[in-house]
Amino acid sequence: MTPSSPNTLFRFHIDRWLTLITRGAAIISAAVVLLVVAFLAMESWPALRDIGLRRFLTDESWHPLSGSFNLVPMITGTALTTTGALLIAVPLGISSAVFGQFYAPPWMAVWHRRLVELLAGIPSVVFGLWGLVVLVPLLAPLGGSGQSLLAATLVLSLMIVPTIALTSHSALSSVPHELIAGGAALGLQRWAIVWRIALPAGKAGIKTGLLLATCRALGETMAVLMLAGNVPRMPDSVVSPIRTLTANIALEMGYATSEHRAILFVSGLVLLSVVSLFVLVIDFVGGWKNA
Amino acid sequence: MRSPVISPAWKERVASVAIWVSASLIVGVLAWILIDIFMKGFSQLSISFLRDEVEDAGRGGGIASIIASTLAILTVTLSVAVPLSLATAIALTEYTRDLTRGGRFVRRSLDVLAAVPSIVFGLFGNAFFCIALGMGYSILAGGLTLACMALPIMIRTTEQAIRSVPDEYRFAAAALGLSRTTTMFRVVLPAATPGLAAGLVLGIGRALAETAALLFTSGYVTRMPESLSDSGRALSVHIYDMAMNVPGGNTRACATATVLVLLLLFINGAAVMLMRSVGRHVPPTRSGSV
Repeated sequence: MTPSSPNTLFRFHIDRWLTLITRGAAIISAAVVLLVVAFLAMESWPALRDIGLRRFLTDESWHPLSGSFNLVPMITGTALTTTGALLIAVPLGISSAVFGQFYAPPWMAVWHRRLVELLAGIPSVVFGLWGLVVLVPLLAPLGGSGQSLLAATLVLSLMIVPTIALTSHSALSSVPHELIAGGAALGLQRWAIVWRIALPAGKAGIKTGLLLATCRALGETMAVLMLAGNVPRMPDSVVSPIRTLTANIALEMGYATSEHRAILFVSGLVLLSVVSLFVLVIDFVGGWKNA
Repeated sequence: MRSPVISPAWKERVASVAIWVSASLIVGVLAWILIDIFMKGFSQLSISFLRDEVEDAGRGGGIASIIASTLAILTVTLSVAVPLSLATAIALTEYTRDLTRGGRFVRRSLDVLAAVPSIVFGLFGNAFFCIALGMGYSILAGGLTLACMALPIMIRTTEQAIRSVPDEYRFAAAALGLSRTTTMFRVVLPAATPGLAAGLVLGIGRALAETAALLFTSGYVTRMPESLSDSGRALSVHIYDMAMNVPGGNTRACATATVLVLLLLFINGAAVMLMRSVGRHVPPTRSGSV
């Protein structure tokens, strides 16, 4: 772009005003995230001060109305659903990107990508509804009500597949064509090219996608809330109901007061910190630009 | 080149099958979801469903008041997010060089903002707009919360649109002695219109799809909203409430979901078309197809 220091292009009064106004807007936009952090921290402070982090891990159970605040089942729920969803979605998502780049005929690649984008655009509450109406009855014969760790994980994995597929797609498409052509000239076949050349070369971008997908899985609320059964206990099998940190906030914010409310803000703050950490790692590595 | 365990030819074949199966699986599940929702939803859908007020917690009547609330929330969101994102994008593209510290800071904050979970926005909106600013559960609070959420994606697409205008346009305007402000509003922004519209459309899509951030900001009330300080229930919140809290509400939830998904499909299509016309200015990406 043209330089912004005063010069012959920059001698109009009105330009100074535009600069001031737009810079002001940029500062406001950047300040939103600080405001979010500040308010979460402020609202969490009573809980951090009076209860302390330790009791979130050592209390007997989650009975917030009688002063027992064990968050471990919810942390476990979030960890299990996120890990499970990643285990399913990572191979699927990367395969979808490889399909679009290396296997599909061009017209099919275009349509495949478009459909994956469509999947990315479906609201989480619709995923939740579909899970509730279709998937839960199918899973019910396995035991329990069907609203379970399994149901939540399966639908969550569907929701993060597009993130992985689309970022891997752009990572793979930015691999220099010379590398691919070189591999082909050496007589490597399709899969050998994908496995030995394309995927290693696109590794940084794919990793970025995985981190973004993890962020999305950690923060997802509605689908998990509708499918996980929401019992705040440690699960003993894949068909037991669980509750995640996000679902816990959504379920209890409506009636929580004082300490209880502050604890929900603490769990929000924890989610926010983990997600910000991931994003800063991505920024630091520099892979974000391709996303 | 024959390995004793699996020959390369077999590996190739197995990999091909696995890749095709996963790709079809994704598309298949998408079709499964859409067909199921549409099949269950279309049977309930009618003009009166769109025109009548909610009755009997949603089991009867229609969703007119829900649509009105959704539009009101969307209007609040856009009237804040559009000017703010446009001005921020101008600041980031035209008046800040890429590597200034300020520019990098703004970008980094927006990257973090883009990844903040929606329920965290809900907590923030409740604490800031509803309580600290005293708006209570209201359409205003919900709309402002969504504006914060939609900012990153709107700024990013607006930025891309402005960047995709060739520098020659700016040089030509400068050669004619136009101020940078005039150049911006008379030359650059008109040339970037399709991209700007794409940003708008993506922002609308993000706002319409959102549920968790609205639960504790704009609330559950199904009455027809009379002002922006009334609580109002958005389409997505209605789907959630019908599915989870109203026994026998599933089919009505599917009908509402059909309306929402059709709306989003339409918006998605519009965004794709607009982005494609922006793509004219952007060098085509090379696809590494073998």
